[in-house]
Amino acid sequence: MITYIIKRLIQAVFILLLLTFIVYGVMRFVPGDPLLMYLGATDIQALSPEALDQARQELGLDQGILVQYFKWLGNVFQGDWGKSFHFKADVLLLISQRMPVTIYLGVLAFFFSSTIGISLGIIAAVRRGKWADTVATLAANTAITIPIFWLGIIMILIFGVSLGWLPIAGFTSPFDDFWLSTKKLIMPVICLMIGSMGSNARLTRTSMLEVIRQDYIRTAWSKGLKERVIILKHALKNSLIPVITVMGLQVRFIFGGAVLIEQVFAIPGMGRLLVDATFGKDYMVVQGCVLVIGIIVVLTNLIVDISYGWLDPRVRYD
Amino acid sequence: MALLTVENLKTYFHTDFGLVKAVDGVSYEINEKEIIGIVGESGCGKSVSQLSTLQLITSPPGQIVDGKVIFEGRDLLQFSANGSEMRSIRGGQIAIIFQEPMTSLNPTLSVFQQIGEMLELHLKMDKEMQRKHSIELLKQVGIPDAERRIDDYPHQFSGGMRQRVMIAMALSCNPKILIADEPTTAVDVTTQAQLLALMQNLVNQYNTSLIIVTHNLGVVARYAERIYVMYAGRIVESGTCDDIFNQPKHPYTIGLLKCVPRLDEAEGTKLVPIEGLPPNLINMPSTCAFLPRCPYSIDKCREEVWPPLKRVNGQYVSCYVDTRR
Amino acid sequence: MKQRRKRQEKFMEERPPMSGWRRFARVFFGRKVVLFGLIVLALYVLIAIFADLIAPYDYKQINLQQVLAQPSGEHLLGTDTAGRDVLSRLIYGIRPTLIVGSATILIAAVCGTILGLIAGYFGGWIQTIIMRCIDALMGFPMLLLALVIAAVLGGGMKNIIIALGVASIPTFARVMCAQTLIIKENDYIIAGRSLGFTNWHLMWNHIVPNAFPPLVILATMNIGMVILMEAGLSFLGIGIQAPDAAWGSMVSAGYNRLTSNPMLSVAPGIAIMLIVFSLNMVGDGLRDAVDPRLRGTL
Repeated sequence: MITYIIKRLIQAVFILLLLTFIVYGVMRFVPGDPLLMYLGATDIQALSPEALDQARQELGLDQGILVQYFKWLGNVFQGDWGKSFHFKADVLLLISQRMPVTIYLGVLAFFFSSTIGISLGIIAAVRRGKWADTVATLAANTAITIPIFWLGIIMILIFGVSLGWLPIAGFTSPFDDFWLSTKKLIMPVICLMIGSMGSNARLTRTSMLEVIRQDYIRTAWSKGLKERVIILKHALKNSLIPVITVMGLQVRFIFGGAVLIEQVFAIPGMGRLLVDATFGKDYMVVQGCVLVIGIIVVLTNLIVDISYGWLDPRVRYD
Repeated sequence: MALLTVENLKTYFHTDFGLVKAVDGVSYEINEKEIIGIVGESGCGKSVSQLSTLQLITSPPGQIVDGKVIFEGRDLLQFSANGSEMRSIRGGQIAIIFQEPMTSLNPTLSVFQQIGEMLELHLKMDKEMQRKHSIELLKQVGIPDAERRIDDYPHQFSGGMRQRVMIAMALSCNPKILIADEPTTAVDVTTQAQLLALMQNLVNQYNTSLIIVTHNLGVVARYAERIYVMYAGRIVESGTCDDIFNQPKHPYTIGLLKCVPRLDEAEGTKLVPIEGLPPNLINMPSTCAFLPRCPYSIDKCREEVWPPLKRVNGQYVSCYVDTRR
Repeated sequence: MKQRRKRQEKFMEERPPMSGWRRFARVFFGRKVVLFGLIVLALYVLIAIFADLIAPYDYKQINLQQVLAQPSGEHLLGTDTAGRDVLSRLIYGIRPTLIVGSATILIAAVCGTILGLIAGYFGGWIQTIIMRCIDALMGFPMLLLALVIAAVLGGGMKNIIIALGVASIPTFARVMCAQTLIIKENDYIIAGRSLGFTNWHLMWNHIVPNAFPPLVILATMNIGMVILMEAGLSFLGIGIQAPDAAWGSMVSAGYNRLTSNPMLSVAPGIAIMLIVFSLNMVGDGLRDAVDPRLRGTL
């Protein structure tokens, strides 16, 4: 087990190196002066040609792309993630301010999308063909088709503007004012979780329908167990195995969604930081965000793979 | 009064290819402490008839459309399929062992969890008792090192061992009837004999009646007192084990016996397979389903409907032809 | 009891036997949602083709006399901040949506299939390199990847297609690689090798056709997602921008007029939902009709 985790961690490091390198490479394609990766266009205009040349040499821009990449990487390990010319701040500092907000949002969205989605899927599978199935399936199918930024806008219009029940934008830390924080988070979290919830429900339904046809479920019936026990004890664990796989991938979707939702609800998180940085051509920030998001996604996938063992005793780690 | 009487049971399935009359008017009975065999080719409805008695048919596509299953004076088919009366019968009064030991045990629950939950349900045992009793059961079915293996998962057992676990599970609540649905088809021949001997032993010990469902006449020959032969969803012949083996009357039974090797026959006797294929159960003609494969057929077989069972010298046969001539 | 009897009678009605193609047709066309999806898709395509005839106004026509008009007989969905007719823009908006959706999937499917095929067929270090790169891309949200690529390349339809296409490659590469690994174990491939067929011949004539059904289904099911991502990028302001009509940027443009002119945002959102829903349902139907076993995997 421990050797497995170590093996996976080494793999994860490798994947992260590749990912950051790919993004680094993509950003080098920016038309124009490669200094743009480090300085804003206005800064460049302000400097004299000699100063620019000096900056280029300091940054190693006259060397190959690999050299530069590893230079960046070396700095990252020393805690120097570069400077943001747009925000006039240290990248690591910026990210550490924004990250907790997005993680809080994301964890909530992940929790609700799994619990509600899986429950909907179970209900639909157990009541297959009945009205409950029709409603749950339709809800799930609709949930995966809603453009979440649009849903956010509609919810603002209904619950924020017309009914005035919920604040329409912003973020408050739950440690400052838990109640206000929660009220502000209701709409963003619903938007963020809705897609994953739908796909969890769909997948749980199909997987559950597959499992309840298995021989061991017939055995469970033949023992005289109640339907509830059969579903929750005998079928659920088996049918969650494929769902867990997809849940690992959904961390990506939640991060992707956070970009849109933080924009709609004006939440100061990683998503907005990344969008602002991308538009401001603030590439050191982009590179930093890519690394952090990559780490989180890769780590969640590792957790998912380990949780297989808990669900399925047949899985062996070697 | 028999312990279990099945009357005119009919179970049909709707498939993409049409209506399948898997069980079409089957009647049989079993007495206390009796061992009977139900024999037929795969697809003849023998398993479905057993699942029907416990209402374990998935609906849709299947449905029990007619019949009675009288157990201790009550018709089980009158109970709602998954209601509390039906559930107390399943596992508690009538237990069933399935064909595929590899897939019939839940892969994500330990053996103890799977046996224990039955003891808790039907015998209301607490966890400690469950454990003691489960270990006892595993020892009885011959699983070595039962104390340790009880917490293992099914995939850690071999096929034969899993079937032993199934037997332990089925007998755990001391049922009145044990249905063994092709219990030994998926295991090798040596294990087969051991498992059958084990089952015979245990049902004697527990005073349980045993229904052995199989496609192999050889399997039931040693154990069953009476035999029912099924073909295409119906019983075509029934009688005591001796009668069936010594004086088979239905052409199908005769054919079956000719393809089983026997020790009491002269050396050099050839095994003869039954010609043709088992019938397609969709849109069957109303005449005898064995007709296309029957070497004894007469004109009457082609003109009249499938004959009902009729008594001939203590046996029941559904055939127009007197095959003794 | 009477009800039970009735149920039984209904059950007993004979149904005719069915061939493979008829089974496909029954499963595929038998479901109302699939039928609904097909009809909506057909309508969208027809509207896109005949947009010039159907649209009541020129979608780029600025009319400063009629800025932010409410829905009326003249402008069914009102006008936007530049006085352009919203309904006309909605109608013309189908074109970029369909083009981006299908072109992106085409790029992703072709590149992904080739990469997955090569990785799965040759195995070894080739597979390791390709699939690790794919894993690296999978380690990052698709939308963000597309965002970064689009930011580097700049906006416009062509660049959006490239950005989304690259971001969607991993899905196809993974499925294709898994398919290839399964198919290449078949006897006919092994036999083909011993008969001296070239790798190219085996890949193109034997593996690709066999892996085709799941790929087509995967493609159908992913167009919807691509359309959603394109709308997201347009919403963020990096996709197709006004005066060109794209639904995502229309939603975004209406955001500031939410209270006074809700239709500006609401209408394009519904248009997006309808097409994505239809595509997903057709994809589902296709999957269940072709091969129900693919359910867990696609």
